[in-house]
Amino acid sequence: MAQQVASGLAMGCLYALAALGLVLIYKTSDMVNFAQGEMSMISTFVAYTFLSVAGLPLAAAFVLAVIFAGLFGLAVERAFLRPIQNAPVITLMIVTLGLYLIFNGIAGWIWGYDPRSFPYAVVGGPLVVGKVIISRDSLLVMGVTLFLTLALYLVLRFSLAGIAMRATAQNAVMARLMGVPVKRVHSWAWGISAVLGAVAGILIAPTTFLDPNMMAEMNIKAFTAAVLGGFSSLPGAVAGGLLLGVLENLVAGYISTEFKSTFAFGLIIIVLWLRPHGLLGAHHRKKV
Amino acid sequence: MPKGRTGLRGGLSVLKLTGIHVYYGRVHALKGISLDVRQGSTVALLGANGAGKTTTLRTVSGLLSPRSGAVEFLGRRIDGRPAEEIVRRGIVQSPEGRQVFPELTVAENLRIGAYTRRDRAGIRQDLERVYQYFPVLAQRASQTAGTLSGGEQQMLAIARALMGAPRLLLLDEPSLGLAPLVTREIFQIIKAINAGGMTVLLVEQNARQALAIADYAYILETGKVVLAGKGTDLMNNEEVRRSYLGERAGSAASGNG
Repeated sequence: MAQQVASGLAMGCLYALAALGLVLIYKTSDMVNFAQGEMSMISTFVAYTFLSVAGLPLAAAFVLAVIFAGLFGLAVERAFLRPIQNAPVITLMIVTLGLYLIFNGIAGWIWGYDPRSFPYAVVGGPLVVGKVIISRDSLLVMGVTLFLTLALYLVLRFSLAGIAMRATAQNAVMARLMGVPVKRVHSWAWGISAVLGAVAGILIAPTTFLDPNMMAEMNIKAFTAAVLGGFSSLPGAVAGGLLLGVLENLVAGYISTEFKSTFAFGLIIIVLWLRPHGLLGAHHRKKV
Repeated sequence: MPKGRTGLRGGLSVLKLTGIHVYYGRVHALKGISLDVRQGSTVALLGANGAGKTTTLRTVSGLLSPRSGAVEFLGRRIDGRPAEEIVRRGIVQSPEGRQVFPELTVAENLRIGAYTRRDRAGIRQDLERVYQYFPVLAQRASQTAGTLSGGEQQMLAIARALMGAPRLLLLDEPSLGLAPLVTREIFQIIKAINAGGMTVLLVEQNARQALAIADYAYILETGKVVLAGKGTDLMNNEEVRRSYLGERAGSAASGNG
């Protein structure tokens, strides 16, 4: 049992990172980014390219890919979303769905559809803590997630830019009236979100292998985690991710591995049925 | 414009609107509004619901662009400029319905008010000054704004605007939904803020309170200025008394002609 929980937590951390990205964009700009997973996949391919084509060490490839991801996020927002930011929600959803297909196609065209292997960042035998065996990679995943969520929390809580992001999320018109460059805040959200997604992608790549469809399952799980947490709550996204990771691992361990994804969907439906605003989501008054 | 017409104080025109026309889609909301706000004065913009008062403020703040006409601030055209830039130039608004950021603390709301500023010392000074105007905000500094009472939220909205160190303060219906006692307190503070040198453009439905503190006032009806004059003059104007001060029973609400 403790073993299942521990392995589930590592997976849950990755869901949490991806879910944080989704919620961050949704909160600040009211957009649902269906292309999030594909953007992560592209950033992961970029890391791969630095690694095996340019021959850089993994750490350098990681840093460069994360920088690329941030710029990529800014660029996507600037090029595709900002021109239509006042369009109806449905239009915005269609656009991000379209971007999903476009990015998937572009990745296939550049890198092909054959799965490639991606190295683990840390090697060496698993560690034993009490009765639980935990791989070094899982520990790294947890450490990185902890670091990023903490950093995000501190930025949002204490920095002026962070306060401006929260203000924009609560009332964008009012934020503008205070001189907050709301458009730029949206860009920041996309940039940060893309970075979180890229980290999740690079960390999961050794397990899933690298191909244009590597994020398909991850994407669904990230949405599940976000919905579990209420879709408008950042702590909720983390809690949702961890909970989903643990629960699905328990299902896989005690019932059946094939049941894992079905379970995720079942969980969304049950949660929405019992708590329409998710676990930590508050019923938000709509912005004026 | 002759000096005598704009009232007692100031010579320099801070804000000048000339023939402003604004449309909401096909609705002609402002039909050639012209007005002038002089340095150091309090100017009131009065009128019934839908007369165009809030639309005027939204145009000044850059949330709306006039189809024709000019908005000049300290002699420079600002119409069509983005809202963020107008704040940076020195026009800050406390909007209708207060619109504090409910999940930010009082202190964070005030910090966002000073978003465009980089002078740390000045920000700290203004924070002290604002806490002097509104001591209750100092007590509630770490509370989230959503937990404040309506009157306290109004105080926060004004304080937040002051934190931007404006050269022109726009106040949209500060008395909206507040008890008479609280309203009186807020108007006292507005008067004090103006006495401290701040130029104020005040939008109100509560004509009596507004005229009592305004140097000059404009009365709007369906997107046009129908009457303008010194606060005291308008207070004694027969038509104003009938339509806006509710002096005769039965005619109090007939202001929108």
